[in-house]
Amino acid sequence: METLVACLSGFLVATSIWLMLSGNLMRFLFGLLLLSNGVNLAILAAGRLTPGAPPLLGAKGALPPDTMANALPQALLLTAIVIGFGLFAFALALTIRAYRTFGHLEVDRMRIAEPAEERE
Amino acid sequence: MNSLILSVGARFLTALFLLFSLFVLLRGHNSPGGGFIGGLIGAAGFVLYSFAAGVEAARQALRVDPRAIGVWGMAIAVLSGLASALASLDPFTGLWLILADLALSTVLVFDIGVYLAVFGAILTLVFALEETL
Amino acid sequence: MSWVLALPIMIPFVTAVLAFLLRRSRMGDLASVGGSVASLVAAVVLIAEVLDQGVIAGQIGGWQAPFGITLVADHLSAAMVLITAIIGLSVAVWSLAEIGPTSARFGYHALFQSLLGGVTGAFLTGDLFNLYVWFEVLLISSFGLLVIGGRKSAIDGAVKYVTLNLIATVLFLAGAGLLYGATGTLNMADLRGAVAASPDQGLMTLIAMMLMVAFGMKAAVFPLFFWLPASYHTPHYAVSAVFAGLLTKVGVYALLRVFTLIFVGDLGYTHEILLWVSLLTMLTGVLGAAAQSDFRKILSFHIISQIGYMVLGLALMTPLAVMGAVFYLLHHIIVKTNLFLIAGVSQRLTGSSDLYAIGGLYRTAPLLAALFIIPAFSLAGFPPLSGFWAKFVIVRASLDLGEWLVAGVALLVGLLTIFSMTKIWAEAFWKAHPDGRQPALADLPRSARWQMMVPIIALAVMTVVIGAFPSAFLEFATKGAEQLLDPAAYVAAVLGEARR
Repeated sequence: METLVACLSGFLVATSIWLMLSGNLMRFLFGLLLLSNGVNLAILAAGRLTPGAPPLLGAKGALPPDTMANALPQALLLTAIVIGFGLFAFALALTIRAYRTFGHLEVDRMRIAEPAEERE
Repeated sequence: MNSLILSVGARFLTALFLLFSLFVLLRGHNSPGGGFIGGLIGAAGFVLYSFAAGVEAARQALRVDPRAIGVWGMAIAVLSGLASALASLDPFTGLWLILADLALSTVLVFDIGVYLAVFGAILTLVFALEETL
Repeated sequence: MSWVLALPIMIPFVTAVLAFLLRRSRMGDLASVGGSVASLVAAVVLIAEVLDQGVIAGQIGGWQAPFGITLVADHLSAAMVLITAIIGLSVAVWSLAEIGPTSARFGYHALFQSLLGGVTGAFLTGDLFNLYVWFEVLLISSFGLLVIGGRKSAIDGAVKYVTLNLIATVLFLAGAGLLYGATGTLNMADLRGAVAASPDQGLMTLIAMMLMVAFGMKAAVFPLFFWLPASYHTPHYAVSAVFAGLLTKVGVYALLRVFTLIFVGDLGYTHEILLWVSLLTMLTGVLGAAAQSDFRKILSFHIISQIGYMVLGLALMTPLAVMGAVFYLLHHIIVKTNLFLIAGVSQRLTGSSDLYAIGGLYRTAPLLAALFIIPAFSLAGFPPLSGFWAKFVIVRASLDLGEWLVAGVALLVGLLTIFSMTKIWAEAFWKAHPDGRQPALADLPRSARWQMMVPIIALAVMTVVIGAFPSAFLEFATKGAEQLLDPAAYVAAVLGEARR
């Protein structure tokens, strides 16, 4: 199972790199989204996919009968997803703003902050 | 969006979402759930309403600026962490007050803060994005 | 104990909340300054405690390490927290003169304070995943600060800053996740033992390289620095001053922490790479600066070249070299922030930051010229200013190892730094203004004059004091380096004596 998830994660990362190499900001963003999902999957796989009961205590603190699943990778993931969501939302808003400002999304043509050399 | 079904349904669904979000917020202490997921569900209710009736109507229904809700949520969360100073414990240590069968705690206060922070932050983002489109 | 550690992080966030709620009135500005004063007090208490007791550690929520979130302060962390508070207060005061009501209503002060909170958190945390969270907190605040002016060039700079930093973030997350998968812990003190005991050292080096790329991107080392000169000259001057002082240094701090505490198993590989990276960083930064003609762009490229010195100290990994890196880190934050603040005043007086379009400041604003000399020559490494000692220690450490090439590059870069500084001096201060303008400090409104000049003078005085009485500071840095190179005290403070 881990192998499968690892392969899927690798596939996502490969796809994302292809997308991110594009000069278009929108494609780059989609690549970034795929990349963070790929990494999230990698963390899940690195934490080992164990079948087990949810790590919750029963009434009066009774332990569940089976082995409990490791909750930490999922907690890490949840945090990472939330943060990734926030950052992605900001990046999306920035992209819209950039499109309004420049009229295009080609990063190679965004030269306002770093104009090409013209002075002798 | 001009859909009669959505705009009629959204009014009821939004109320249902908010109620369920409170339920999830409160049951989180013994079962899966909590402030974060509750905040998401509550925000989803208002997002649905904003799809159906427009951002302007959703803002009016909310009455308060979502940014202010988020900031107050952060304030509540931080203050609940400060409370343990009174009992001279480590920061963010949970303090419990057991009244008969009802267990109240600073952990719950922290969760309410998280609920509001998530609720406010998500709505700020979604409203801002919808308005730019 | 934990409260001493937690308050420097909590105060900025409480201040951020206050500043946001009061953002429509002048009270918001005052809340920001007041909160910065409170942070400074908390930082002083923390450093006093650290000087008194050595490394101190505390747990959040009473959960024991390595399971809970740990906060740790050794000499380096405590000093970084203090410097952050000093910079925070200086820039908060300086902002009063630059940040208008429009930016304040947008939440400038709240973002600024949460940036400081994130930076402080990153310096104090003892948990790798928590470090990631603090990186994100400061990153998202910095995004907000970057676009707050709303100018075209700021959007342009922000696009590059945001995209490249997001990649670094994802790499950091991947490294932390894989490290957890391989060792089962994320507590940095616990990781030291766990990484050393791991049967698969190759995997550890791989993860170390992922983290090196992630932190290196934050620290703006060669060849990962392109976002910095693309964005640092675009926002408000107050924003670029605090960015220049603190943000890249968080990356350097993370490198220092991780590559002295956790990944020390394969020094011949990891630190050799750091050595070459540092040399190329110094050279490309300073050469990039030589080609620029904009006040802030020159300073931005110099951040990069100076980062090279700090990484060099880490790469050499001798007690003297690491001490040099610590000292460099502390001195550089003060100097760099001050230079950006001076650039801000110069822009306000002369109306531009293009060096060919300004001038005349020496004649009409001699105080500003004198104040520019101090950090500029300190940056270049003139005795007896603070930068001289920093460079002296690093060069000395490389000579001790017989690394003649390294020492030569370090000295050459110092020389080229003087070239850039004299260029700014000649263009902005010495020559007459091309339009015949007579920019004088008296042109500023009275309140703005005070708000801008007092922080600059205070920071310049600090530079002079560090340079004139270096022994106390060098001794402090020596102690910090000892703790970094022999983390037994750090590990013991976090995990308790038994598991040392």
